[in-house]
Amino acid sequence: MRPNRRGGGIGRRAGLRIQWGNHPPCGFKSHPRHPTLGPLDLTGALRALQENKLAIETVVDELFRVIAEREPTLQAFLSLAEPEELKARARAVAHRPLRGLPIAVKDNICTLEFPTTCASRLLARYRSPYEATAVARLKAMGMVVQGKTNLDEFAMGSSTENSAFGPTRNPWDPQRVPGGSSGGSAAAVAAGEALAALGSDTGGSVRQPAALCGVVGLRPTYGLVSRYGLVAFASSLDTIGPITKSVRDAALLLSLIGGHDPRDSTSLPLPAQDYTQDLRPHLAGLKLGLPKEYVPAELGPEVRALVDRWCALAEELGAQVVSISLPLTEYALPTYYLIASAEAAANLARYDGVRYTLRIPVEGVQETIAQSRTLGFGREVKRRIALGTFALSAGYYDQYYGKAQRVRTLIAQEFAEAFTRVDLIFGPTSPTPAFGLGEKADPLSMYLSDLFTIPSALAGLPAISIPAGKVNGLPFGLQLIGPRLSEAKLLCAALALEEALS
Amino acid sequence: MIDDVLMAKVEALAGLRLTPEEREALRADLEKILAYFHKLQEVDTQGVPPFSPLPGQINVLREDEPEASLPPEEALRNAPDAVDGYFRVPPLFPA
Repeated sequence: MRPNRRGGGIGRRAGLRIQWGNHPPCGFKSHPRHPTLGPLDLTGALRALQENKLAIETVVDELFRVIAEREPTLQAFLSLAEPEELKARARAVAHRPLRGLPIAVKDNICTLEFPTTCASRLLARYRSPYEATAVARLKAMGMVVQGKTNLDEFAMGSSTENSAFGPTRNPWDPQRVPGGSSGGSAAAVAAGEALAALGSDTGGSVRQPAALCGVVGLRPTYGLVSRYGLVAFASSLDTIGPITKSVRDAALLLSLIGGHDPRDSTSLPLPAQDYTQDLRPHLAGLKLGLPKEYVPAELGPEVRALVDRWCALAEELGAQVVSISLPLTEYALPTYYLIASAEAAANLARYDGVRYTLRIPVEGVQETIAQSRTLGFGREVKRRIALGTFALSAGYYDQYYGKAQRVRTLIAQEFAEAFTRVDLIFGPTSPTPAFGLGEKADPLSMYLSDLFTIPSALAGLPAISIPAGKVNGLPFGLQLIGPRLSEAKLLCAALALEEALS
Repeated sequence: MIDDVLMAKVEALAGLRLTPEEREALRADLEKILAYFHKLQEVDTQGVPPFSPLPGQINVLREDEPEASLPPEEALRNAPDAVDGYFRVPPLFPA
């Protein structure tokens, strides 16, 4: 039986009055507009389970009630469990610390339970024979994968429109994109279809969709979370990160998935750390740098006014806000696209029509490979493979790829120098709130929506986006960037701002 | 800027076989993107080393200890064509 009232469903059996999560209001005018989280995030659900105020079956039923209502419009999932089967899996691990709580996983992260398609026609039937370390760790702690979420094909895009299986829509306005490439994960969490999700962030693919959907997205320090089982796009940039309703949930999930993994040679040799232990709101005494390059005049008065409010708020919380300059910001975009595309061209060479499901049978091995790839990949993927191939080719390597790798060093040095003067850097996560479907047909204008997330990704730094107000009635994200391995500090600062903003 | 010879070279190296329309669209996109990316040449990188994402972590190997690997049938599960425990490719030299 479905509860006939929105919210309030989850605690009903236990006689508890808790409201279910934060549903963006599109089409449901009776629901209060609230930019941040509802009371029941992952951590809240876990506590209610621990106190026997909630049954895991109720959690699953409530998630699927929302899914039944919203999914036909949103299309956030590429595959989804059956509720009864999910309950059985959840019950089987209910004795573990996470009590069988479900999580949604971006479909470029390998799972045993579902296909792993990368939203590509080429991998439409691919079932991974192994699972990602991040997923294995969540399962070992008692979480269950509820489904796989939509993305831009191979995580190449900023709107989730480049999916071979159709776009995901923004829960706040279905005529708009959820951002990308982890758009399915962000939309599912924002709509209340999932308590939390895993995404991947190469140049902003966790933070930008989190910002556009009004949820929290964390990109960890490069190497902190194992990439084993994350389908490779750009190996020197790829990270797995949580998309959640709250900062404390981001801390919880990072604690579960982080730490050294011998199966990833780029995994940092550090033990797992519990970021929830010392998580408390803390901004007092910190020096926050606001790069002038992150608030250019083109942003418009509404965004600039919002950023001014953030500065005032940070100072009320005891932080000192200083204006800084990161002059290499304007070179980050070409640097990123050359390096990421070059690495993608190399990584995607494995899709040869022999090992991965799709083969177009034509005469000759070279022709088979070329036809399988040409028909299997979508337009943006082919564009990037071609760009990357060009950047790596003899005669152009030094001028493009080699140059970008050197500019990348300078960008990392610029951040390192800034962090000798400020504790954290902040600004908007994305230049605009969610844009309309089909609005950015030109690849360059799409690339520009990642302007503020790309520089820190190039430097391998951790960064978090939290919902921090509205622009044009749509969620708008604040990004905090920290030095390498400053996740604990970053989360405490984000928590302070989250509390003050809600 | 990207002539037919270069375009054909990129296409072959990338393992793609485009239709004339796709090729022209891609060429136009690449020219536009590369024209914008040309601004990188403004940055002085004299004496700057290429970026290393994990300085010091070079040639990281695991201990050389035997461990279980995927059973062949699992490894071949996604093959479009497999026979006798092998991936089968189209003939390199057609008969």
